[in-house]
Amino acid sequence: MSYFSEIYRGFKTLINGFRVTHKYFINARKEIVTVQYPEERPVIFDRFKGEVIMPHDENNEHACTGCQACEIACPNGSIEIIWDRVLNEETGKKKKTIDKHIYHLSMCTMCSQCIEACPTGAIIWGQEFEHSVTDRSELTKVLNNPGSKVRADVED
Amino acid sequence: MDYEAQIKKNQFRTEEYKINMGPQHPATHGVLRLNLTIDGEIIKRVEPDLGYIHRGIEKMCEYDSYPQIIHLTDRMDYLSSHNNNEAVALAIEKALEIEVSDRVKYIRTIVGELTRLASHQLWWGVMGMDLGALTSYFYGFRDREVINDIFEETCGARLTMNYSIPGGIRYDIHKNFVQRVKDFIVHFRSKLPEYDQLLTGNIIFEKRMKGVGILSKEDAISYGVSGPVARASGVKSDIRKIKPYSAFAVQDIDFKEPIYTEGDAYSRYKVRIDEMWESMRIIEQLVDNIPEGNIKEPTKAVIKLPKGEFYQRVETARGELGVYINSDGKKSPYRMKFRSPGFSNLSALEDMAVGSKLGDLVAMMATLDLVVPDIDR
Ligand code: SF4
Ligand code: SF4
Repeated sequence: MSYFSEIYRGFKTLINGFRVTHKYFINARKEIVTVQYPEERPVIFDRFKGEVIMPHDENNEHACTGCQACEIACPNGSIEIIWDRVLNEETGKKKKTIDKHIYHLSMCTMCSQCIEACPTGAIIWGQEFEHSVTDRSELTKVLNNPGSKVRADVED
Repeated sequence: MDYEAQIKKNQFRTEEYKINMGPQHPATHGVLRLNLTIDGEIIKRVEPDLGYIHRGIEKMCEYDSYPQIIHLTDRMDYLSSHNNNEAVALAIEKALEIEVSDRVKYIRTIVGELTRLASHQLWWGVMGMDLGALTSYFYGFRDREVINDIFEETCGARLTMNYSIPGGIRYDIHKNFVQRVKDFIVHFRSKLPEYDQLLTGNIIFEKRMKGVGILSKEDAISYGVSGPVARASGVKSDIRKIKPYSAFAVQDIDFKEPIYTEGDAYSRYKVRIDEMWESMRIIEQLVDNIPEGNIKEPTKAVIKLPKGEFYQRVETARGELGVYINSDGKKSPYRMKFRSPGFSNLSALEDMAVGSKLGDLVAMMATLDLVVPDIDR
């Protein structure tokens, strides 16, 4: 007897499950949760940690003094700073200036240590998430624009 | 001579042989390799073979400063990354004798419970898929996505959140956080019964789960299993009850610890479904009264722990995570050890599996909820 009652229960539970799936099948247009990705863009939140970027203002100036705090704070060695002491004409003193702020995106674990260590707020999180490239050397980025210089009001 | 007579003449007998399950098997959820000795369909021995995803996290910790350690723990049990962060942060705070504000405690607990929910949703979806029901995968991920959006808005990442730091939390909660969490609870309270409708009562599912992979209470204790696996065998093991931390120590939160005594795959499944209801109750009690306060206690620029040993336990989605720090007073630990729940839970697999069919092994592994990077750090 239990054989037949199990067959009956099998059908009953099957229909029970179909009730859920068919509810969504019929109301498919109302409750769409997927995004047609390349055409529709997902919403990216402001705090999203996509990559480290260095914002520049309209005069092509940034806030990085070359203090290397971010380089020391990084647990993975993702940041390399190439710097030099350049003579400042106004004061006549030599001042530490960055040449290149090199950022290896491929080694970055998005841990925020560099951004919290930076005393001048020169680097921030960018929201870019499409990082796929065809060659891994493209993941090594120079964050300061060519020809850029440090903003005059930034003290180190 | 006909076939049957031929078998009789040749004394047809069976022989044991070895096969590999994994490291690239879709049902092992990562690079876990099981050396199986089987006799026909019957399992004789199970030998887990680890090492395919060993990154040496404990050794890396010895070279990193304490704030840098936090982001490594995200990569252990990536499905309960916030609980891992919290455990390390609590251990460091214990050593430095910092008392964080109630606001931090509440936020940590809410995010921790959301992590548990997200982990169980993923487990539910993937477990259904392991047993051949692909539908559950989409339903689990649909609801998990809502939590991931909450995390992304507040913590900045969807999986490896890196949110708790020694002395507090990295950012204050986003202004939409409370509303989004409330919306999620309303949403998920209406969707969780669907999970039951789809799988729990289904006769095929029950036949594959009931009486499969039985772990007795004595074995559960002696293997040191924890979390839902222990609770399904009747062992009370919830750290949130035994040794309350964060908001559990501040407010008397009303929640039950689901206990089943059968110890089979089906009761492990039921424990996790019940835990989802309980997590929602915990969040509901906390989310409306997050107190004001500092989100970060001041710490020294270079954190140095005093000499000594420090241990902290938390309850992650998989069970008890223990963090052991042995400090010699420098800026990085002398030795760091994680007692991960997955490792002990995996050790009980052989005991469950011997004598059962090969197909049931997948059901057992699915209900153990293994995350291989957690087992093999
Ligand atoms: S986010 Fe972390 S890993 Fe990435 S560059 Fe900054 S410090 Fe290094
Ligand atoms: S980015 Fe910030 S921390 Fe790094 S060198 Fe520049 S100023 Fe210093």
